[in-house]
Parts: sequence; structure tokens; C-alpha cells
Amino acid sequence: MTSATAAGSRRRALRRIRSNVMVGLMLAAVILAVLPLVLILATLVIKGASSLNVAFFTRMPVPAGEVGGGVAHAIVGTLIIVGVASLMGLPIGIAAGIYCAEYRSSRLTWITRFVADVLNGTPSIVIGVFAWTLIVARQKHFSALAGSSALAMLMIPMVLRTTEEMIKLVPNSLREAALALGYPRWRTTLGVVVRSTLPGIVTGSMLAVARIAGETAPLLFTALGSQYFSTKLNQPMAALPLTVFTYATGPYEEWHRFAWASALVLILVVFLLSVAARLTIGRKRHG
Amino acid sequence: MTTTRVSLFRRSHGDRVFRGILTVAAVIIPVLLALLIWQLWGEARPAVSRFGIGFLTTSTWDPVAEQFGALPLIFGTLVSSVIALAIAVPLSLGVAIYLTEFAPSALRQPVAFVIGLLAAIPSVVYGLWGIFVLIPFLKSSVFPFLRDTLGFLPLFQGTIYGPSMLAAGIILAIMVMPYIMSVAREVLLAVPGDQREAALALGATRWEAVTSAVLPYARSGIIGAVILGLGRALGETMAVTMLIGNRHEIAASLFAPGYTMAAAIANEFAEAVGDMHLSSLAYVALALFAVTVVVNAGARLLIWRVARGSGAGSSAL
Repeated sequence: MTSATAAGSRRRALRRIRSNVMVGLMLAAVILAVLPLVLILATLVIKGASSLNVAFFTRMPVPAGEVGGGVAHAIVGTLIIVGVASLMGLPIGIAAGIYCAEYRSSRLTWITRFVADVLNGTPSIVIGVFAWTLIVARQKHFSALAGSSALAMLMIPMVLRTTEEMIKLVPNSLREAALALGYPRWRTTLGVVVRSTLPGIVTGSMLAVARIAGETAPLLFTALGSQYFSTKLNQPMAALPLTVFTYATGPYEEWHRFAWASALVLILVVFLLSVAARLTIGRKRHG
Repeated sequence: MTTTRVSLFRRSHGDRVFRGILTVAAVIIPVLLALLIWQLWGEARPAVSRFGIGFLTTSTWDPVAEQFGALPLIFGTLVSSVIALAIAVPLSLGVAIYLTEFAPSALRQPVAFVIGLLAAIPSVVYGLWGIFVLIPFLKSSVFPFLRDTLGFLPLFQGTIYGPSMLAAGIILAIMVMPYIMSVAREVLLAVPGDQREAALALGATRWEAVTSAVLPYARSGIIGAVILGLGRALGETMAVTMLIGNRHEIAASLFAPGYTMAAAIANEFAEAVGDMHLSSLAYVALALFAVTVVVNAGARLLIWRVARGSGAGSSAL
């Protein structure tokens, strides 16, 4: 009897120890998971910050082997390519998202949502090949517009899903109240439903912009990259992610310095956008 | 009387126009997908009709002789993704379980947020960091250690170059971890509290409650999260291109350079020599697309089974 209870309490102690060991292991996993972020950010700041000066933002690259210059062409290029992509992708994504949320029983909603999921999981390099066949192969030359189209296509499913999710959170009573007051359906949707979810839609759009701003693969054979300052949409154009890629894989020490600085700028932009976006969401959920 | 009729007419007219505009936007998306499949197929057709299905099982890649076989690419894609999952799955599940079941509530949101930031880092930045920080570190300490301790396995033999299958797998692991973690976390949050309480009431320790009550309930959703991570890993391009060494070869050793489908397209498409080379790369893109569609569809089905109705998981997708 006594030995049985002793064995029982020992087993209980062992079980508790095992539970604690597992918790310890999971804590180690958390540290291991956060470690790469800390390391990457630290290296970016250490290796990139010293190269950030006025020339970096305002000057053009100098010939390989020389010291100095900047990546103004790539910064402007990224702004243009991402801007044009947003002009194409955001309206379509948001409108389709409103459709899917407001006409839920329609068969088109089901199809569109399913296809958006498929596109969301499609590798961005495949989208790049698609943009190449559609635009570059026909025009017989690389162009910034082809790059923007590829990025827009990456944006659309992301924006669609966040818009739809946000609108679904609007209580039906709000819609019914507006309709009961004699509002037509379209004014109910735009003036009441969409208006009340506008912060959420803006957040989703910012996250989508942040994601495509760092995309490199779809630009490789569409916008191609360039050593020159260009604002022409039907010509090859430089972009910050492409600059990071070219400079990182190039042979010159000076190029590597520029790769780190460009990556730092890129990640600052992406982080600012996504942190701002997430904070808006967080405040909305808690408030 | 007339005014009512007019306003009724105008109302339905406005609604029709509004719905028409939205419908156009919603129709564009399926049309884009159809166009994507049509265009890829059109570009790939010369290679498909010339090499047939054998394209996927042969290893020659000779742009000059116009002989193409994608087996090394498929092999590299699978192996790098498997390495990534082998590292990322235990880590991300550990983090997800810790954050939903054990962590002090003040810690839960911030840690999930910080790990979520990993998902926001552009692939090309991972590649840059991989070239100049990760590879030198692996080459000087991790790879020699693996060769000394596990060198009896063919996986860990041979020359250490630096850029390699293993380096690509490790960077992929870091990249897919936040995705698996966030979906697994959503799935675990969707497990009803009664499950845990019942197990704890029966005298289970907290860890036993997790393994006996929470994980079985969430199992298909967690498998879905892992497959979703696999989908990401299969299509990841830039970081892998920069770290894998880019060689059309099948090597037993993980220290040897390799190639993936996405990396081959990234490297060769803009500078392809001749139409058959382009067509073969489009064939690779088509195959990659088909695989990711199947993988993602499977993942979503599994996640829906757990999270249906609760809306969990959908935000992470």
C-alpha cells in the first residue's frame, strides 16, 4: 500500500518534470525563432547604416570599381513601379473584395474567392513568367509596366481577402438600418459598410504594398533593372530589390556595401508600412 | 405617385451600375488565372511536345544542344523544402504551442508580432544576409561539425563549398517558420477551452493536456499549416537562388550545390538562349505552378476542417 503510493507520487513528480522540460524546450524554440530577426536587423544596421548619406539617395551609381555614388535611380524606380502596381491592383482588389463580402450567395463570389486563394499561393516567380509572356514577349522589350503588372497581380488576392474579412465584421444590423431608412443598396454599401471599415481596408492595402515593395523575383525579367535613371514605363527600370540582388551577387566590395545600404532602406520602408498597418489593426480589435 | 416611381427606378438603376462595376472587378480575377494557365501552356508547349513527360525524369540541361530535363531541379526543390520543414516544423509548433498554452498573456501578442515581422523581410534581404553572414558561419563551424559527427552518412560527406543545398534549406526554414507558426497558432486558438479543462480536471499535467486533448483536436489544422509552409518553401525564389549554388546536378551530399525550379527560372529566363530554352523554363514554371496549387488546396482543406466557422486561420491565409 505505502510502496504503491510512493510509486504513484514518484510517477506524478516525473510527469510534472516532463511537463516542465517540454515548456523549457518550447521557450528555447521561441528564442531560436526570434534570434534570426535580431541577427538580420543587427547586421543590416551595422553594415548598412554607415553608407547611408545624402549621396546614396540623390546620386547615380559610379562605374564598377570606383568609390561613391548612390542608388537614386533604384529608389525612384521602386516608387514608380510600386505606385503603378498599386494603382492597378488596389482598386480591383478592393472592389472584388466588396463584391465577395456583399454578394455572398453569388456563385461568382465562390469562384473569385477560390481563385484568389490559388493566386495567393502561386509563387511570385510564376507570376513573373506570366507577365513576361503577356507583355515583354509581345512588345519584344523589357518594361517597368510589365513589372508593375506582375506586382499588381500579387496584390489583388491579398487586398481582396483582407477587404472581404473586414467587411464581414460589419454587423448586419447596420446594413438593415441603412436600408430601412430608404438608402439604396449601393449607398448602403459605400456610405455605411465600406466607410465604417475604411481603416481596415487601408491597413490591408498598406500590408499589400509592403509585401510587393520587397518582391524581386517577378521583376527579374519584366522591369529587368537598369544602370540609368528612367521614368519611362515602357522601358527597363531599376528597383531597390533588384539592386540588392545585383550588388550582393557581384564581385566588388563597394557593391556589397551598397547592397547592405539598399537592403536597409528597403527593410525600413517595409517595416514602417507593416508596423503602422498592424498597429491600426491592433487598435481596432482592442478598441 | 410619379416621384415614387422615379425614385424606385433610379434606385435600382444605381444598384445595377454599382453591382456591374464590382462584378467586373470580381470577374477579372478568374479571368487572370485562366489567362495565366493559357499563357504558360502556350509558352511551354514546344518543350512539352518535344520532351513530353520525360522532361520531369531526365537530368540533361544543355541549352546549346537544346536538350532539357528538369529532374535535378525537382530534386533540389523537394530536398531544400524537406530540410526547411525538418527544421521549421518543430520550432514553429513549439512556439505556437507555447504562445497559445503556456506563455504569460503579456508575452503572447508581442512575440507573435515580432516573429510575424520575419515574414515581412523581403526574400532578397534573406539572400543577402545568407551570402555574407549565414554561409561563412555554416562553412566555418556548422558544416565541419556535421561532417565530423555525422560524416558516416552520405548526406554529410564531401567537399564543403558554402553555397549548398543545406544552406538553402536553412534559410528557407527561417523564412517559412513565421507562416507555419501563425497558422498553427490560429488553429490552436480555435480549439475550445473545454478540451483543455477536461484533461486538466482528470489530473493531466499541462503538457499532457496539450498532447492528449489539444493537439489531437487541432491535428488536421496543424498538418494544414505545415503543408502551407511547404507550399511557400517550394516556390521561394530569391534567397534560394542566392544560396543554393545553382548547379544542374543531383548530389547525395547536402554540402554540394544544387538548384531548384524557381531558382532556375530566376537565373536563366532573362538570358535564355533560344526558344527551346525559354519554353523549357516555362514548362518548369507550369510544373511548379501545378504543384503549388495542389499543395495549397490540400492545406486549405485541412485548415478549414478545424477552423470552419470560427474564422480562424483565414486571416493568416
